[in-house]
This record gives sequence, structure tokens and C-alpha cells, in this order.
Amino acid sequence: MLLQVIASGVLMGFVYALVAIGLTLIWGVMDIINFAHGEFLMISMYTVFWMYTLLKFDPFVSLPVAALLIFVISYLTYKIIIKRVIDAPGLTALLATFGLSLFIRNLAQFLWSPDYRFVTTSLVADKKITMGPVIIGLPQMAAAMGSIIMTVLVFYFIQKTKTGRAIQATALDRDTAKLMGIDTEKVYAITFGISGACVGVAGALMATFFPVYPESGALYSLLAFVIVALGGFGNIKGALYGGIIIGLAEALGGFAFGTQFKYAVVFLIYLLVIQVRPKGLFGW
Amino acid sequence: MMKKMKFHPLLVIFFVILILPFINDNINFHHIMIMFLIYAGLGEAWNIITGFAGQTSFGHAAFFGIGAYTSTVLFYRMHISPWAGMILGILLATLVAAVVSYPCFKLKGHYFAIATLAIAEIIKQIFISWEYVEGATGISIPVMDEGILNMQFHTSKIPYFLIAFAIFSIAVLTAHYIEQNKMGFYLKAIREGGDAAEAIGIDTVKYKLFAMMISAALSAAFGTLYAQYILYIDPFMVFTMDVSMKIVLLTVLGGLGSIYGPIIGAAILIPLSEYTRIFLGGTGKGVDLIIFGALIVAVACFEPEGILGIFKKGQRKKRGVDYARATT
Amino acid sequence: MPEPLLDVRGITMKFGSLVANEDVTFAVNEGEIVSLIGPNGAGKTTLFNCITGFYKPHSGRVFFNGIDITAKPPHYSARLGLTRTFQIVKPLKEMTVKENVMTGAFLRTSGKKQAELTAMEILELTHLAEKSDVPAASLTIADKKRLEIARALATRPKMLMLDEAMAGLNQTEIKDAMELCLGLKRKGITLLVVEHIMEAIMPISDRVVVLNAGKKIADDVPENVTSNEEVIKAYLGERYNAKSKKS
Repeated sequence: MLLQVIASGVLMGFVYALVAIGLTLIWGVMDIINFAHGEFLMISMYTVFWMYTLLKFDPFVSLPVAALLIFVISYLTYKIIIKRVIDAPGLTALLATFGLSLFIRNLAQFLWSPDYRFVTTSLVADKKITMGPVIIGLPQMAAAMGSIIMTVLVFYFIQKTKTGRAIQATALDRDTAKLMGIDTEKVYAITFGISGACVGVAGALMATFFPVYPESGALYSLLAFVIVALGGFGNIKGALYGGIIIGLAEALGGFAFGTQFKYAVVFLIYLLVIQVRPKGLFGW
Repeated sequence: MMKKMKFHPLLVIFFVILILPFINDNINFHHIMIMFLIYAGLGEAWNIITGFAGQTSFGHAAFFGIGAYTSTVLFYRMHISPWAGMILGILLATLVAAVVSYPCFKLKGHYFAIATLAIAEIIKQIFISWEYVEGATGISIPVMDEGILNMQFHTSKIPYFLIAFAIFSIAVLTAHYIEQNKMGFYLKAIREGGDAAEAIGIDTVKYKLFAMMISAALSAAFGTLYAQYILYIDPFMVFTMDVSMKIVLLTVLGGLGSIYGPIIGAAILIPLSEYTRIFLGGTGKGVDLIIFGALIVAVACFEPEGILGIFKKGQRKKRGVDYARATT
Repeated sequence: MPEPLLDVRGITMKFGSLVANEDVTFAVNEGEIVSLIGPNGAGKTTLFNCITGFYKPHSGRVFFNGIDITAKPPHYSARLGLTRTFQIVKPLKEMTVKENVMTGAFLRTSGKKQAELTAMEILELTHLAEKSDVPAASLTIADKKRLEIARALATRPKMLMLDEAMAGLNQTEIKDAMELCLGLKRKGITLLVVEHIMEAIMPISDRVVVLNAGKKIADDVPENVTSNEEVIKAYLGERYNAKSKKS
């Protein structure tokens, strides 16, 4: 039983990590908290749902579409909104992203009602994998695998490509990066886009086993905030480990104290870790 | 030079707010005035720790909720007057603020903000599962005879308005006093640079702690009033992140770090959200919040320093001219 | 011999495997101007941070006025009368010049009027009076350095520690700063000064402490230090010799 809990916690952790990586990228590169991150996730889930309901597309066929769509939405969010507030004093950027999240969430409710909706069939639906005492749903397994692949891709992109290195340079010191001839404006827009692609993928994967409704993104973005802070702002590796820790904490906390306390355990773990490492596990 | 009769702008604001409900007798309007005072006051309280001292709190719903629950539980379980409950709630919130924020003050920037959010969520979870306070079901406050002692009024909203006005005034005057005196200078020094503040002898942890405790105390007082006004509370109403964020939004919208900021922000947001809810909310489709969200985004994009920024810009222009004139 | 005002005993500070200060011992007597010099990376600013409590040294003790201030928070030593400035100036940007200095003055008074009086007096002394209502962020670098000193002075220190207060200033501004240091000495304020500009610091110092690679290599009157073989080799080199011969 305990093994079962640990396994599902770790699998969920990889998905949380992917959501958090999207968030931490923006946070690290431009010091902006994107409160609309969860709403982007929600749009991705709805994309998969509607393509399934209206066009009978399998979620795994819709996944690239959702990822691309959220990439574009996120990119445009930078171009239209974030660009104007990035140098604004204090908490103004937060005002903008929070306003955007309210707008998207309620627009979704207006257009699609607050009802819970489900993607009932897919390539992986209702299938299970049995490994000794551990039984894992194939949708969860597929979500974890998909998240790992996307995480590796993003990591590779940031570490190895020219654009990725430009993103790193901009994160370290925007003015110097500018002097070195880096188009920071473009870097920011692409970072936002990639962040969107991360939640786009995560949302599509989650839609195969979580209900889809206008508030569905809010909880995961709250968890993502904690994961990002736990790992250290702007640190992809930190977000990955943070995601797994929080996935485990949620599963074990729910197992040990009852599901109503699982998020309390998650937040408590953040508070404890931060006492020892005030800048997160991998913060500097 | 002619000596002009000049009132302090705060006195003018107080006066206008105080007479408005007596000019407009509409019950919806009275409701909006009460909500305006509560949120403007919460904004003033939050401004002390975040606007002045620069420590971003995303968890002020915790103090608001503790205030609401303390008086409500005491009234519900033991028939203790909400006034005594309010005082106990204030003390409890101050204590909680001291205990939970002290270990967090070594955290910088966003790490602190996320910690306050985490603490508020934990407190919410505790109340959801706590049977003595009726958990997730919430508490309907028993309806008693109306009167000041029970802090319940059933025939008119004016008494609620007056109580809200009194607490609001205390919040504004507290923030004003702090801003004008040593503590205000110290908190702003902490906001602008912890090292520089320490170097000139400011005990940064002590002052942050004071600011948080004062802020929590004021927030708790509004919690009690809110519970007595609505006559029903549950953890999702008072401990929710929505309350914390509403306080943040209206203050930033009005102007962070200024005592006028929360008043301006609340004067725009509260009527907007309450009226759109009254007129459009009936559809149950959240049109009010769509407009609300879009408006906030627009203000952030075009007036990054908050509404108060518009006034400041005008002033700066004037001062700039004076300065140029003086130097030539 | 009277007890020194500042007594630094065997301070060692490490960052990982890097030893920034190694067993540094020196003292400053009341009324002296002592300068702390050394090549870049010699550990001067680290030593400042250890003395004022911004860092906790690995070993060693610091006494101010006979009180152990080792690893006490910086505000504690400021309250006792030991105030420092920063090499990278830290003006309170959103405040005016006067408000910056008033913030310092509040250490010795709670009254706003009194703080304002102290601030005006110190602004006169540091030649900032006519800029008192200008936002600190819009000052020139020379004025920001002055403001840094003014704010520290407003705390009414017994002893002031200046970290490269003259770097980046032009010749007249350096002259002004030298005058200011001597003026403060006359007022009875003890000074410990980290400085790179030898021409400015040598004439006003009573004693010079030299750090090299974290260790103290000399502690003497200026004349002896400038002729000290080890110091010349480690730090001063030809440049100062050439310049001092010229003058």
C-alpha cells in the first residue's frame, strides 16, 4: 500500500514539476509571477476536451495542438500585456497577471459553464499497469512519461541551444545581455511562449484523468508557486525536484493524515525546508 | 500672500464618506459603502507591512479570518458579546502574526510572499477540518435582538456603516501616524534596503514584526465586523486566497505605500464588483469578474504606478517647473 | 595606555575554502583617524563586514568601547555608536535627501522635530543643505557618497567606518572629503577609513593598517608604512613612490 502511494506520488510529481518549470522560467528570467499560469493550464485542458467532444480526437492527438495553442497565447500575453509592465514598480506586474487570470477563468465559466467535464475515452483510458504490489493507471503513467519527455526537451533547449543560452544570459543580467547584442525583447517573448508550451503539454496530459472545469487550473498553479519557491526561483532542476517532493508530500500526507490535510502537509513542508534553505533547495 | 483656509485631505475624505449614506438612502448603496470601508481598511492594514515595509503578504485573509472566527465562535458557543470577541480576535491575530512571521522574516522577496500564502492555506485547512468551529459547513450566527451589545442590526444598515467607519478611521489614522513618524521612516528604510537600514541602527526584524502585528490586529477587527454583518461565515469565505488577493489588488491599483492608495483602489473596485454583481451577477456567469479582470489588466498596463500615479505625475511636472525656475 | 575604542582580535573569515581574513588583529584609539589599505581583494570590505556584524567571523572577537560586539546584528553596534558606510552607496532612493538623513537621526530621538533639526545641521556640515528636498535617487555619485556619510553621521556615532568614500570623486571633491574627515576628527569622532587613494589618505591618517591577501602586514604611522619594504612590494609599488617623490 505504501509503495502504491509513493509510486503515484512520484508520478504526479513529474506532472507538477512540468507545470512548475513553466512558472519558474518566467520567474527566473524576468522576475514576474504569472498568476495566469493555472488558467493557461485550464485552457489546454479545455482544448483537449473540445477536440475530443466535437472532433473525436484522441487527447494524444490533440496534445501538440494544445501545446502550440498555449505557446501562442502565452507569447501574445507577453507581447500585449507583460511588455508594458515588466519595468513597472512594485507589484504592478502581479496586478496584470492576476487580472488576466480572473478574466480568463470567468470567461471560461461564461462560455462553457462551471460544470465538471471529462474526457472519458482515450488511448490510455481505463488501462492499468501491475508491477508486483503496485497498480498504476495508464493515464497517470502516460502523464508522467510525457512530462519527463517535455522536461528533458526544455532542459536541453535551455542548456544547449543558442536561444537557450540567450535566455540564461538574460536571466543573469538583462543589461549586460543587451550590451552583448542579445535581443532581450525576443528572449522574453520566447520564454513566455515556452512556459506556455510546458503547461500546454501538462494540461493535455492531465485532461485524460482529471475533470475539466474553469477552476481546474487554480489549484495546480498554487502548488506550482510552492514548488518553484521550494526549488529556488528560476531553477529548472529545483522545480523538477520540488515537483517530485510536493507530489510525494501530497500522496503521503493524504495517506497518513487523510486527504483533507494533504495540502496542509505540502505547505508545511515548504515552510520547514525554507527555514533551513531560505532561498530554496537550489537557490543561490 | 493670502492665507487660504485649508483642510487636511484626510478630513475631507472622512467627511465625504461619512455623509454619503445619509444623502443616498438606497439599501444597496449602504451595502456597498460598508464593503468599501471594510476593504479600504484592510488595504490600509496590509499597506503597513507591504507598502511601507516592503514585505509582500499574500496571506492577510488569515488574520481577517481569525478575527471573524474568534468572535463568531465565542458568540455561537458561549454567547460572549462580539465586542469582547473582537478584542480577543485582535489579540489572537496579533499573536499568530508574531509567531508565524518571525521565522519568515529571514526570507527575502518572493520566498516570504509564498510563505505567507502557505501559512494562510494551512490555517484554512485547519478550520475546514475543525469540528468545534463547524468545519467546512461554517457557522450561521444566531440572530439576536438588535443592538450595539450584540453587534446585530436588522432594520437598518446605518449602524454597521458607523462601526465600519470607526474601524476604518482607526486603520487610516494608524497608517497615517506610522507614516509621519519614526516608524514610517524606519519601515521605508527597510523596504529600500535591509543592509542600509541595519547599518544606521534599525532593528529590522523588530520593526517588521511590529508592522506585521499592527497590520494583523487591524485586519482581525474587520473580520469580526464582517462576520456580524453577513451573519454567516465559513472557511472558504474568510480564509480564501481571494480575500488576500482582493486586498493586494485594490491597494496596488490605488497606489502602493500611500495611505490614499487603498481608499482610491477600494472606491473603484468595490462599487464596480458589487454593482456588476447586482446587475450582471444574476446570470451566474461571472460577467462581473470578466470586466473586473480586464479593467485591472488595463490599469496595470497603462497606469503602472496605480491610480495615484496619475496625480503624482501631475505634481512632479509642477514641482519640476518650480525647481527649474528656482535654479535659473 | 588607555583601552582602545575599537579592538579587533584575531578575526578569521572564510568563504568555502577561500580565506578572506586570516587572524587579523588591530585596534583604534579614541580620536584617531586610522586607515585600512591593501590591494584589491585583500579583504578590507570583508573585515568591515565582520566588525559591523554583517558577517559572522569564524573565529576572533571584536570589542567596541569594551563591549563584545562579535556576531551581534549591525544595528546593535550602530546603537553603541559604531556606524559604517557602504562602498556601493545605498541611498534610500524614494526618500528625499533630508528624509534619508532624518532616518539616521531617529536612532537617538523619537521626535520628528528633533530628527529634522539634527538632519539640517548635518546637511550643512556635509554641504548638502541646498539639495535637502531632492529625491536621493537623482543625486550625482559624489553627492550620494556625501549622503551616505551624512546619514551615518546623523546616528551620532562615536566612531565612523568609511568604506571607500572617495572612490570616483574628482580632485576638488576629494579635497572636500579630506576636509570633512579632519573636521569630524576635531568634533571628536574616531574614524576607520578604507581607501584606495593614497594621496588623500596618507596626509590625514594617524595610523595605517595594511592588509594583503587577508593578512595584516603592517600597522604603523604613515611615514613608516610608505617606507615598509613588504608594503611596497605587496601593494604600493612604483606608483605611490613616484607620486610622492614628485610632490
